[in-house]
Amino acid sequence: MRRRSIAISTIAAAALALSMVGSTSGSAADGKLAPYDKAHAGGVVKLVAAAAAGTIDPKVNYTGQYWQLFQATYDGLLSFAYGTGKRTFDVVPDLAEALPKISNGGKTLTFKLRKGIKFSNGKEVTVADVKASFERIFKVSSPTAGSFYNGIVGATACLAKPATCDLSKGVVVNASTNSIVINLTSADDAILSKLAVPHAVINPASAPSKDAGTTLIPTTGAYMFKSYSPTKSLIMVRNPYFKEWSHDAQPQGYPDEIDYNFGLTPTAQVTAVENNQANWAYDPIPADRLNEIGTKYASQVHVNPLTAMWYLPMNVNIAPFNNVKARQAVNYAIDRAAMVKIFGGTQLAAPVCSFLPPNFPGHVDYCGYTKGATPEKPAKSWSAPDLAKAQALVKASGTVGQAVAIVVSDDDVNKQMGIYLQSVLNSIGYKATVKPISGNIQFTYIQNTKNKVQISVTQWYQDYPAASDFLSVLLGCQSFTPNSDSSINMAGYCNKAIDAKMAKAIALGVTDPAAANKMWGAIDQEVMVDAPVAVAFTPKQLDFISSSTKNYIFSLQYKMFVDQLQVK
Amino acid sequence: MSLHESASVTFSESPGRIALRTLSRDKRSWVALTVLAIIFLLALFAPVYSHFVAKTDPFASSLDATVLIHGEIKPVLEPSTTGLGLGVTPIGPTWSTKYFLGADSQGRDVAARLLYGGRNTLFIGITAGLITIVLSLLIGLVAGYRKGWVDSILSRLLDVIWAFPVYLLAISLSVVLLTSGLTLGFLHFGPGSMALPIVIIGVVYVPYVARPIRGQVLALREREFVRAAVGSGAKHSTIVLREILPNVLPSVLVFIPIMVALSMLTESALSFLSIGVQPPSASWGTIINDGLGLLYTRPWVAIAPGLMIVLTAAALNLYGDAVRDALDPKTRARSDS
Repeated sequence: MRRRSIAISTIAAAALALSMVGSTSGSAADGKLAPYDKAHAGGVVKLVAAAAAGTIDPKVNYTGQYWQLFQATYDGLLSFAYGTGKRTFDVVPDLAEALPKISNGGKTLTFKLRKGIKFSNGKEVTVADVKASFERIFKVSSPTAGSFYNGIVGATACLAKPATCDLSKGVVVNASTNSIVINLTSADDAILSKLAVPHAVINPASAPSKDAGTTLIPTTGAYMFKSYSPTKSLIMVRNPYFKEWSHDAQPQGYPDEIDYNFGLTPTAQVTAVENNQANWAYDPIPADRLNEIGTKYASQVHVNPLTAMWYLPMNVNIAPFNNVKARQAVNYAIDRAAMVKIFGGTQLAAPVCSFLPPNFPGHVDYCGYTKGATPEKPAKSWSAPDLAKAQALVKASGTVGQAVAIVVSDDDVNKQMGIYLQSVLNSIGYKATVKPISGNIQFTYIQNTKNKVQISVTQWYQDYPAASDFLSVLLGCQSFTPNSDSSINMAGYCNKAIDAKMAKAIALGVTDPAAANKMWGAIDQEVMVDAPVAVAFTPKQLDFISSSTKNYIFSLQYKMFVDQLQVK
Repeated sequence: MSLHESASVTFSESPGRIALRTLSRDKRSWVALTVLAIIFLLALFAPVYSHFVAKTDPFASSLDATVLIHGEIKPVLEPSTTGLGLGVTPIGPTWSTKYFLGADSQGRDVAARLLYGGRNTLFIGITAGLITIVLSLLIGLVAGYRKGWVDSILSRLLDVIWAFPVYLLAISLSVVLLTSGLTLGFLHFGPGSMALPIVIIGVVYVPYVARPIRGQVLALREREFVRAAVGSGAKHSTIVLREILPNVLPSVLVFIPIMVALSMLTESALSFLSIGVQPPSASWGTIINDGLGLLYTRPWVAIAPGLMIVLTAAALNLYGDAVRDALDPKTRARSDS
């Protein structure tokens, strides 16, 4: 998933250690969520952001900003657990009574739907809603329909003709036994995680078969959406039909209402939180306010690691980056420590150059593009750029003097990254320009081959904790769709041999996750020899909450639990 | 005074000379010219300052650079050492040769960029202002003198441009042309070219100058001396250049400093919005934009170019006022008495 995004880390210990202050309260020692404390229920949680995150449809929205809210509002058959640390990576049964029974070599998953759960409109959740919800993934052209759910039997036809999607063979339901059988075309080691993300939540069968936009779809979770105006606010109130069925999957929330107000600049958001006018600010803290909040308001600051990366996709199909030497040159030239400085310093980010983030399944400590190393003989970690080698590679590639446009989002940090990159590219022999475009469209703009983007600055935050979410999703052949805004493989990289290895690793993950992760680590290194991207650094999540806000709990999967904040 | 003496006074000195003499006696014009001269000189010597004094490349990122201050080596971008150690702050004004006004977020010398920025802002302001004046004069003369359908077409064209608020039009044109570039016949300005803001600013202000000129020409062509020239069989070009243009020029001269100031302000606004001068080049507008993210910690990054814009615009306006007064016989008469 792209920025605005999903917070993650990897191991609970790291997360807890790195949570700088206050860390996580409201949780038991085993990472489970503490029992509900009625005394703190009530009040209004006020969140602020510069802008809304688009459609409120859980099957279409692909931003961390709203995924964070969807956990308290919608439920899938499975979900990621509430709690702390590593626990929040665990997939737990939600609307399903238990984790699925897996058979047929990993290709058949059998669930039983809980009884008595109601949508916020008072109607009971049925297996028909479950089947309709899976079909709706394709009908609304969910951004992950082709990458996450293409393995469901019948999905290929649904992808070809979404309007008439029929998953009768892929999602077989039985109303009398309340059972659901999901049939896959091949085993998928990450299928449980994929079923736990918001795109797989259960909506009423009557939900619109197109992007709902600002239309509010009834929810099953502790909260429901009361109103949504993308230019003004998003209001969440308690779901009157909600009764807690799983403290792990969908616990009761504390505030009576959650108000998300839009339109405040990041610096105004910080001031609002400082003055207790808001409980939490969504947008990254402006660079010139970091020191202030880190000193004056240290007890209200929480820093947590993320499994995410800032990286530079280079279009392998157009000049100059259709030449592997040119791409390698960029990898050698960028000073990752400098980029970390632009992001806010070493407390908020760390240089990396492997594709899989540190502490992520399959990650191997290596860096082939640092001083004194080569992709074939990598160092353990990145230490310094090698400008001389980069210049030599550009010369050898015969691309000296070519014009390169760097497409960046127009917010301050991204623009600064672009200007820095421009300076680097100029220093190694290119004529670089920076092309800042609105953050609302940059992510899709750089995906579409029609726009002939040569190099860009972007981010990727995990959707679920599996190597395939990085390597297969971002660099797999199936993720490259020419002339489409939904071509997440921005580099346009398609190496059939590596693709086959990825497919093997996915299949192996079902039976032997450890071996599969080892394989992913090798694939990571192999991909980076081709250098379709330059990975810059892995960021951390900084949350700034007001002094009146208690019970901050950080989820590795969804960042701060907004519904667990206490304001009373 | 005898009639003979009066006539000798009247015909011995041209209106231009009188205006120049009045202008040279006006203290406002000297103050304005001094300020402008200093600013122009500073901008002119930007490479000298950058190369020999600051010894820095103001267009290259220097995120790992260090600077010697009072015998101590300090990083140009200083990581926070207090509290949780969050954030990195560019070095503030050192008031010495290096990083005189501090550094920006890319570790570049703000003072050096300010001088280079001045070159671009002034160049664009002057060039765009002159383009406006020349186009306006041309349109005003043709429309006002020819009248009829020529006047109708040109006036409606001006109305179309006039219908858009000037900044809205400039922003819209910039957004479109900055990505696609502009081709005018055999001239091609690529995306990001500095010629684009010049052309855009030069065009959007044309109605504001062309309309008053046209009005003046319409009035002039009905005056006796013009009728006399027509009656004597003079060619149109002769009438326009010899009879009308000299009478329009005083107004045009007053417009020049005002239009340069306006163009400079517009350029700064466009650059502030990232749709004017493109990085790594600088203008005062881009430097204010750079400083926007540093307002709480390093306000000088935004204040310094802001002051330069204020000073230059004020000086140009002051000079414009002095020119107007010098060219206006009524004001001259009042000041003489």
